[in-house]
Amino acid sequence: MSPISRRDFLAVGAAAGAGLVIGFYLPHGSASTFAPNAFLRITPDGKITIVVARSEMGQGVHTSLPMILAEELEADWKHITIEQAGANPTLYGDQQTGSSASLRISWDPLRKAGAAAREMLISAAALEWRVPRSGCAAENSFVVHAASNRRLSYGRLAAKAAALPIPVAPPLKDAKDFKLVGKPVPRLDGPSKVDGTAIFGIDLRLPGMKYAVLARCPVIGGTVTRFDDQESKKISGVGFVGKTGDSAVAVVADSVWGAMEGRRVLNVTWDEGTNKDLNSAAMYDLLKKSASNKAATLYSRGDVSKVAGKRIQAAYQTPLMAQAPMEPGNCTAHFRGSNCEIWGPLQWPPDVRDAVAKAVGLDLDQVKINVTLLGGGFGRRLDHDYAVEAALVSKAANVPIKVIWTREDDMRFSSYRPASYHVMSGVLDGRGWPLAFSHRIVEPSINGQKGFPGPSPDIDADLPDESSLIYSLPNALVEYVMTVTPVTPGFMRSVYGMETAFASESFIDELATVAGKDPLELRLHLLAKDEEIKFFDTTWKTARMRGVLQMAAEKAGWEKPLPTGRYHGIACFGCFGTYMAEVVEISMENDQPRVHRVVGAIDCGQVVNPNILDQQIQGAVIFALTNALRAQITIEKGRVVQGNFDDYPPIRMNEAPVVEAYFVPSAEAPTGAGEPPVPPLAPALCNAIYAATKKRIRALPILS
Amino acid sequence: MPEITLRINGNNRKADVSPETPLLWVLRDTLQLTGTKYGCGAGLCGVCTVQVDGEAVRSCSTPVSQVAGKSITTVEGLSGNGLHPLEQAWIAEQVPQCGYCQTGQIMAAAALLVKNPQPSDDQITQAMTGIICRCGTYDRIRKAIHRAAGSGGAR
Ligand code: FES
Ligand code: FES
Repeated sequence: MSPISRRDFLAVGAAAGAGLVIGFYLPHGSASTFAPNAFLRITPDGKITIVVARSEMGQGVHTSLPMILAEELEADWKHITIEQAGANPTLYGDQQTGSSASLRISWDPLRKAGAAAREMLISAAALEWRVPRSGCAAENSFVVHAASNRRLSYGRLAAKAAALPIPVAPPLKDAKDFKLVGKPVPRLDGPSKVDGTAIFGIDLRLPGMKYAVLARCPVIGGTVTRFDDQESKKISGVGFVGKTGDSAVAVVADSVWGAMEGRRVLNVTWDEGTNKDLNSAAMYDLLKKSASNKAATLYSRGDVSKVAGKRIQAAYQTPLMAQAPMEPGNCTAHFRGSNCEIWGPLQWPPDVRDAVAKAVGLDLDQVKINVTLLGGGFGRRLDHDYAVEAALVSKAANVPIKVIWTREDDMRFSSYRPASYHVMSGVLDGRGWPLAFSHRIVEPSINGQKGFPGPSPDIDADLPDESSLIYSLPNALVEYVMTVTPVTPGFMRSVYGMETAFASESFIDELATVAGKDPLELRLHLLAKDEEIKFFDTTWKTARMRGVLQMAAEKAGWEKPLPTGRYHGIACFGCFGTYMAEVVEISMENDQPRVHRVVGAIDCGQVVNPNILDQQIQGAVIFALTNALRAQITIEKGRVVQGNFDDYPPIRMNEAPVVEAYFVPSAEAPTGAGEPPVPPLAPALCNAIYAATKKRIRALPILS
Repeated sequence: MPEITLRINGNNRKADVSPETPLLWVLRDTLQLTGTKYGCGAGLCGVCTVQVDGEAVRSCSTPVSQVAGKSITTVEGLSGNGLHPLEQAWIAEQVPQCGYCQTGQIMAAAALLVKNPQPSDDQITQAMTGIICRCGTYDRIRKAIHRAAGSGGAR
């Protein structure tokens, strides 16, 4: 299979999703079961099963996606159960849970899937009663015939509906008639997550399963020279010990603890390879030096080189960061010779299937992928490394295996948000309004290093979506210098958005400072005109950005005086099709910022579930606050220094601000919300710190 | 290895493990009580929190030999039917996102309410700061504890 980028996958996914809108596949069909498409089945007992083809990692797809289908189906929400799909790109498209894309991609196909089923059930009832279809209506899992006061349940109609032709273009409901969409429907996964019955990857258990913990070369890219397992084998329960690939040794035991203990006393001699002298300082030097290399253009307007006026310049920098989801890496595999089955917390099941098949030497159809709940993803579980390890160890040890990463493994052998360097330049006219704005991004290509091509060889596939400059600037230039570092780059919540927004939205404030203008006023000036701004395949609207900015400012009371000792900062950014603005309110305590309140306004189109949207904004803001304040992975002698939550400390309750989330009403199709609230936080916070201290922070983390 | 008898959720359970094995792994692997989670293994994140004689304890850092004969409560034994006031409050406030940390959060909150049935905001912060939630559910956790305590939502 030729590599396909995340963005291509989105496009293919959307197309494939649309293609199967209705009924080319009948995976669950039987004579009495009504399964007009791969997302839905209704059995004669009235049970309605909706298949979710995205992974539940906290963002609520096990609730929000079924709501969309159930809305059009006119189903009684109480009758809905959900089923998690395994890897099946033929049926479900790309199935990559990332890019805040689940709602964006699923909205149309799921509506059509529900609507087609509804129309078929209505037809089935009309036939049964021998009345015109037009007199029948669907409501609450029944079809009713008002004129004769008759009603039939969906369950009773299932068999008859299954025999009917599937409509190609079923009518869709008007938004004003929505009963579920737009309501704060409680999450279906709530109860199992409070009583402990929810099964995450780490909880899944197979008969005869053993546990594996792997010793990996501490130096990036190093390999195993030899190992001595004498001491390991003395630990009770330790069985198989053997190499996994070139750079790891697996210790297999009857229990996780046994495997951990076995690894602790394992003796491995490593070939540390070419990176043994690598350190963070050299990495930053490389980024800085590369800044003068030839750059690819992401966006250009006017001609920034021809502008005369007051010129301001600055450089910004961000460090490596780890996703550190709460559930450490793990995956379960059973290699059975002619086939292999995988169970795990996976964000991209079809990619896992491809990688596992290749690693253990099977065909794609000999590998089956099952998806469990994910204890957080944040991009880390878009990688397939856990699954490949589990499959290889199962093959070597000849038993079902659960590979478990310790927290230290998770911190030290992740794929990291790359470090980045940004060269900013702006020109102001005589009245202090920006005439030109340039942003040169210097950063490794995540997709490129993973083998997923971008729009051109010198542009990362994700970057155009996460480097947008949604302002009416007379002259603007956004460029990219692709670099390569030995540290494995990885996807992390908002991908490039965090660092590009930190640089561009901090720098906009720098311009405002030099111009002596209010940061909100300057931004609104650049958003005053209704304009469309095209960044590759995304068309942004200044009006929608203005909308979120004004809403955040108004709700935060931007124009009102703050209590003594309080300061605020503002920032806005667009990514994944969504517009977001945030106002951060702080005080300074012992020279350190304390964040009291974050007010966020989002425009992500039609809100499907306001309860879940609020959760996503709360969560993304807290996540972004950790990033901004102190998330930093450093490299010394080729090794990741940080290991656990003591030296990579996430925000806890004692530091968590109040987060208020507001939604701009919209009838546009929904776009994502899991990532867009991340980027504005760091610049809004740094802008607040500037307001408090007149110190401009140009390198993250803030508390370094 | 000597068999260790543990009193878990009101029942006696036997475990054939070495005495220094952390309680966490005995619960999860030996007794298949997987509601208690592994997050850091180093006493830093609190998602492994259970109650031992009513106290919130980090099971990852507690050798099983230390709790023999004591009364251990895991999330599975909190109510057994999902109807503990905290479990209900957690649903009413729609706290869980990924959910991975939530059983640890609830067990810590339960230990707090036993000692302090009407905790203030500061007391909640103090009791709950030990448990990390990467999904950032802190605000709703606070509200849910207030709700369960009937102590209002005053900040
Ligand atoms: S797993 Fe016990 S404190 Fe983190
Ligand atoms: S809900 Fe995901 S870590 Fe707390």
